[in-house]
Amino acid sequence: MTLQSTAPPAGARPPVTLTMAAALNAAIQDSMRDDPTVVLFGEDVGPLGGVFRVTDGLYAEFGETRVSDSPLAESGIVGTAIGMAIYGLRPVVEMQFDAFSYPAFEQIVSHLAKMRNRTRGRISLPIVIRIPYAGDIGGVEHHSDSSEAYWTATPGLTVVSPSNPADAYSMLREAIASDDPVIFMEPKSRYWVKEALSLPVQTAPMNTAVVLREGTDVTLIAYGPTVKTALATAELATAEGLSIEVIDLRSLAPFDDATVGASLRKTSRAAVVHEAAQFGGYGAEVAARLTERNFFHLAAPILRITGFDIPYPSPKLEEYFLPTPDRILAALGTWEWS
Amino acid sequence: MSLNVESPVVSTASAPQPLRLIDDTGHAVTDDAGGFTLPDPGTLLGLYRQMVIARRFDVQVTALTRQGRLATYPSALGQEACEIAAVASLDPGDWLFPTYRDSIALLTRGVKPEHILASFRGEWHSGYDQYEHRIAPQATPLATQALHAVGLATASKLKRDSTVALTLLGDGATSEGDAHEAFNFAAVWQAPVVFVVQNNQFAISVPLDKQMHCRTIADKAIGYGMPGYYVDGNDVAAMYAVTSAAVDRARAGGGPTLVEGLTYRMEAHTNSDDPSRYRSADDVDVWRRRDPIERLDIYLVSIGALSDQERAGIRDEAEDLATATRECMTLPVQVDPLELFDHVYAAPRTALSEQRAFLAAELAEHAALAEHAALAAQPAPITPSVSTPSGAHA
Repeated sequence: MTLQSTAPPAGARPPVTLTMAAALNAAIQDSMRDDPTVVLFGEDVGPLGGVFRVTDGLYAEFGETRVSDSPLAESGIVGTAIGMAIYGLRPVVEMQFDAFSYPAFEQIVSHLAKMRNRTRGRISLPIVIRIPYAGDIGGVEHHSDSSEAYWTATPGLTVVSPSNPADAYSMLREAIASDDPVIFMEPKSRYWVKEALSLPVQTAPMNTAVVLREGTDVTLIAYGPTVKTALATAELATAEGLSIEVIDLRSLAPFDDATVGASLRKTSRAAVVHEAAQFGGYGAEVAARLTERNFFHLAAPILRITGFDIPYPSPKLEEYFLPTPDRILAALGTWEWS
Repeated sequence: MSLNVESPVVSTASAPQPLRLIDDTGHAVTDDAGGFTLPDPGTLLGLYRQMVIARRFDVQVTALTRQGRLATYPSALGQEACEIAAVASLDPGDWLFPTYRDSIALLTRGVKPEHILASFRGEWHSGYDQYEHRIAPQATPLATQALHAVGLATASKLKRDSTVALTLLGDGATSEGDAHEAFNFAAVWQAPVVFVVQNNQFAISVPLDKQMHCRTIADKAIGYGMPGYYVDGNDVAAMYAVTSAAVDRARAGGGPTLVEGLTYRMEAHTNSDDPSRYRSADDVDVWRRRDPIERLDIYLVSIGALSDQERAGIRDEAEDLATATRECMTLPVQVDPLELFDHVYAAPRTALSEQRAFLAAELAEHAALAEHAALAAQPAPITPSVSTPSGAHA
């Protein structure tokens, strides 16, 4: 599936240029207009419109009943969202920054993820937890974590991450409509990327990966903030005569084995790129499951090009931490290419 | 810890007398009881009946657990006044958010014993229909369910419904961050929720003075801007009067209330606990003399509201329930291994379908091997180790 195959549905509005932040905003706005059970709350999401302005204007349109600033307590935000969902609402809540989601860990892991299973399917929790994540914005300590592996390791959660405004809109609308709880991870460094969109745009289904750029020699797997890096790498590689296929995973849990496996069987080589540390990171799961399922198609071990196994560095040091096209190409160069 | 830091605040002052309407000896309290009055005799008789039945159930399940019929059972023996008063103060449309210790609250709300005990037998994590009974799953993590109660109550308020949420907590749970967040969110949002803290004085083995440094748990309500009541938790009349008023207030838009019931956990934490390591038999005896059922019995007899015949009738009813509970706990546990995959997600997942097929093949192989072995050893009957997957869980 490719992004290009997507057509705006009937009733599309004229194209407008939107940032990813504005596309997310439009997705929440349209969901709230369509479904009166959607409510929005979190820290600073009201009159301020969120620290990244993703909820800008929603308080003015929908009022205190449906859009509210909550006390500053992440466990409380997720815990009360669970109670609201039991009573039939569809809460969309915000964790202001990735590392500030950790106080909510117990509510997410022990309740949000397990409620449907505990209750034999009786209680659905249609809750979206938006988490601005990852670095490359010069953020101070605790503002640049990539926490995806904590959530993807938890059965019961759906974990997705868009990399562009069209997906941001389409996937967030699908997440809000989903009866499963969704951890919606928004790459902060991509909030200000612009794209002309005719809303309401509908891209590929939320739980699928897409081939963003076709190639024949290597499958480069990325998501969220590193999709841009992977595309830049593919562009650079053409000068070296290397044809790289770039996959935007979009959905981390579930993992789209079909799309990624088909690409790997075509190219016979794959590498996965993420900002999070390598050890026990999401790339380990990608490499392991692709190897298990496609071993006899592989010409080389699957590589992980990731952040180092260190805490996320301070702003003046993050350029040494983040995966770059040069680092990715150097890694691909370690393979034997006979 | 032996820090011995002298606090300059008044919080070390001795606790006040808890609010009480019937005293330890079964006499009506004549002092001012904070404006609360004794419920009418009919209401008290109903509460008495529910407490007697609940205790018989609790004792029966503890016995069944000792016999190995259940994996574990956290008893609420001695806490019947708190449990029954809390439930009795709710309308059928209200929601209850209980913990693992509150099985008798579920019983009193009409959940069948086999459905309450499904989780303690290991059948499934929560064995009753939460929407039918308006009872959330019994929470095992501490204080987490208080936030769910606040959320549901807030949703009720946003929808302009009259539904009230009531959550049961223990004294130990009030040390958790989620308790603080729940109290604060409830007060800020003026949620129609009632927090009933059963202060049974022990968090497994740890006494309350190692949980907190203030006089009472109810005092904490002041800090959140909500009313707090320190109540004799073994006096069902007082507990019912206060929780009913709190529920009425919540329903009328008056916001949350914190009710602390001072009580005592007569049994061990669970069957795997040994209370002799952390409390004396003398202490337990003191609280046995404050028994919630005994004192109400004396009071009801003294006002002519409970005859020997009525008491015998209630005890027969309790005995019938105990018998039924024993009988349903002797039935074999029915589980369907393939159901493991059915309720994890609303949307189907390929990986889970694959794992389900794997387990189905493994079960079929085991069944074939068992059949083969049985044929070889005829005429022994076939006794499969797991029940046949049937999808009978609809």
